[in-house]
Amino acid sequence: MAAITQTLRPATESNTIWGWITTIDHKRIGVLYGMTSIFYFLVGGIEALLLRMQLASPNSTLIGADTYNQLFTMHGTTMIFLVVMPASVAFFNLIIPLQIGARDVAFPRLNAFSYWVFLFGGILMYSSFFVDGLPDVGWFGYSNLTAYTFSGNHRVDFWVAGLLVLGVSSVAGALNFIVTIVNLRAPGMRLMRMPLFTWTTLVTSTLMVLAFPVITVALVFLLFDRQFGTNFFIPAVAGGDGGDPILWQHLFWIFGHPEVYILILPAMGIVSEVIPVFSRKPLFGYPFMVYAVISIAFMGFGVWSHHMFTVGLGPIADSFFAISTLLIAVPTGIKIFNWLGTLWGGSIRFTTPMMMALGFITMFIIGGLSGVLHAVVPADTQQSDTYFIVAHFHYVLFGGSMFALFSGIYYWYPKFTNRLLGEGLGKLHFWLMIIGFNLTFFPMHFLGLQGMPRRIYTYGSNMGWDFWNMVSSIGSVIIAVSTLVFLVNLFRSFKSGKVAGNDPWDGATLEWTMSSPPPHYNFETIPTVYSRDPFWEEKEKADAAGTPIKAPVSHGHPHMPSPSFFPLIAALGLSLAAAGTIFSNVLLAFGILVVLIGVYGWSFEPATKPGAEHSGH
Amino acid sequence: MSSIPAASHSAPAEPTTTGLNHRKILMWAFLASECMFFTTLISTYMIYRHRSLIGPFPEDIIDIPVTSVSTFVLLMSSLAMVLALSALQRGDIKRTKIWILATVGFGTTFLLFQVFEFNQFYHEGLSPRTNIFGSTFFTLTGTHGAHVTIGVIWLLSLFFAAVKGKLKKENALNLEIAGLYWHFVDIVWIVIFTLVYLIAGNDSGVVPPAGG
Repeated sequence: MAAITQTLRPATESNTIWGWITTIDHKRIGVLYGMTSIFYFLVGGIEALLLRMQLASPNSTLIGADTYNQLFTMHGTTMIFLVVMPASVAFFNLIIPLQIGARDVAFPRLNAFSYWVFLFGGILMYSSFFVDGLPDVGWFGYSNLTAYTFSGNHRVDFWVAGLLVLGVSSVAGALNFIVTIVNLRAPGMRLMRMPLFTWTTLVTSTLMVLAFPVITVALVFLLFDRQFGTNFFIPAVAGGDGGDPILWQHLFWIFGHPEVYILILPAMGIVSEVIPVFSRKPLFGYPFMVYAVISIAFMGFGVWSHHMFTVGLGPIADSFFAISTLLIAVPTGIKIFNWLGTLWGGSIRFTTPMMMALGFITMFIIGGLSGVLHAVVPADTQQSDTYFIVAHFHYVLFGGSMFALFSGIYYWYPKFTNRLLGEGLGKLHFWLMIIGFNLTFFPMHFLGLQGMPRRIYTYGSNMGWDFWNMVSSIGSVIIAVSTLVFLVNLFRSFKSGKVAGNDPWDGATLEWTMSSPPPHYNFETIPTVYSRDPFWEEKEKADAAGTPIKAPVSHGHPHMPSPSFFPLIAALGLSLAAAGTIFSNVLLAFGILVVLIGVYGWSFEPATKPGAEHSGH
Repeated sequence: MSSIPAASHSAPAEPTTTGLNHRKILMWAFLASECMFFTTLISTYMIYRHRSLIGPFPEDIIDIPVTSVSTFVLLMSSLAMVLALSALQRGDIKRTKIWILATVGFGTTFLLFQVFEFNQFYHEGLSPRTNIFGSTFFTLTGTHGAHVTIGVIWLLSLFFAAVKGKLKKENALNLEIAGLYWHFVDIVWIVIFTLVYLIAGNDSGVVPPAGG
């Protein structure tokens, strides 16, 4: 026994910077993902504020056209790739191993690699600012504005390189979570007993694995067009040879529409965890929820051309994509009715996470309804490229994803800090956010129907758009204030929040059975699962017997893999290689060499080093 | 002082939900991703068929007999791969080494054929810049070639591991996973060979619209 304990790691990890850099613990990586995405949320938010200040009044010259283009491009790219996706991945990291009864993800070092690649990818994209200014072609980068002829500086190159790197991070992370969920579930946790958040993670990861290769290839085509003079998106009239800018749109949206579900499904998963707990009822229609998620993901690959109705694809293609888009509203509707069914007759507790989740449902319904309008080709032709579209997708991505992500933060924060986020500030945050949000984005419906186009940096005062633009800009300031309230809450509660204990919400799933914060190795003994809501069942049995539930007591430390810095090296090499595509082949070759060193070091490094008890410093 | 030997970096001892090794599932999921990757590349090639305005066109330049030979070589590498894994699973390290080396040899020969072909095409006036055929052709086959190159490096690493006595019957999984990748890359080539080479005979530039 003594010999065994010697090879085991200490329960706590080193809190030094080196400890965080070499960490492969899913909880720490989750925290890193979360902090980074909150940082980028502030960056993307400030960008949005500047856009709204520019648009507050007609003929404004506050930031000007070029800055406006850079800001709206980076606002979209940031919020999608550097905020909502990594924030979802933060929750995958923090929650999935705990919910399925695992000690870590299947590939802890690959997990660290995903994070570092994400971090460097974001930095790479933003470093464009110091060279030529930020990318300015929109987050969709439509061809042939991205062609060298029209975007002759390095802005697009940074955008391409950054997205390529971020794609590697997403796919690596998604592969990891697929294997983790398929292969590391606690005994008894059959597929149809998995918590819904675990289900949405599995399905989202599958979408990432299948959708990202398409954008990767499209970006490589664009890179070759720009760097080597190929003809992929350059038509003959622009000096190419039979290339077609429309191909970019197809490839982009074959990725881009599944991407929309990559952004919303984790949010739906969070809400499906929060609503049952605060209604004290098991999730209504669990199998329907699971199959709805799967069918949304499946159909998500067959609707992409509804982004392209105005391209002129012809009546047959338009009809097909109109019908598939109408159809995909069905599983989405099933989910909403099941949430309502869960609420119905439940004893509802209006805590902040619950209010955020209810905010999600209401706002998402509005966004979903305006989305169905876009399935109707004639209506879409009218609305395309107007502020109506901007209103729609902010209702699903902000009103949907962001509200749910905030719900998740309020819900799971106590598990990792042992402190509850302040309810007073939390509710203030919620009310300010929902008021500011509707004030900002609801008027955009009117503006869109009045014909105000997207992506314009200013407008004349004779258009009749002045009033609602001013209202919208005022709303955006209220959202900014609500974000400040959230940040204050985050920091204050970390130091002096109410002590949460292990199970502050009377939770149903496995993560609430363990101590707050959970030990490095999560579960000392892997639990056995007998039902969909294992902790509720256990507590019910205990109540019947009159014995209170005891939190598991720690006495040994299970065998955990050692920290490693090779993932960081491989990630660094990848980003250097990507930067090399912009500047020099020498840097590209050097980057590939560093990747090779990282991968070889990684492959030949034992997962658990001998004498690993010293590795914590 | 520790009586427990250092854990090997290969298969974890603890049981998994499906009974399959993590890394094997990872490779299958990765190959699903690769399917989408090559599907996009091949679809682009097919969409852009008959779209070139200037030559050379596929029918002018593609040499089916030569590529048939290199295709045969690549398929033989898959056979060698199977024999290498089979030998390792029987614990026959000597034959394992021979067959891994044979796989590497066939793969490298295929790559040399590709270098020869690219060089040939370039001298006949086709580069990635020339026309849309050149752009799609070089990107598609070049990406495939890059995959073969990675496979060759991977298999060479495994060969040296076998020489050092680190590749054993117990961790035959390491070779099996490399094999999954290798066979996938071969299968992709069969699709490329069919869609790019075998139908190239009547593959010219812009086709006049039907009925026109």
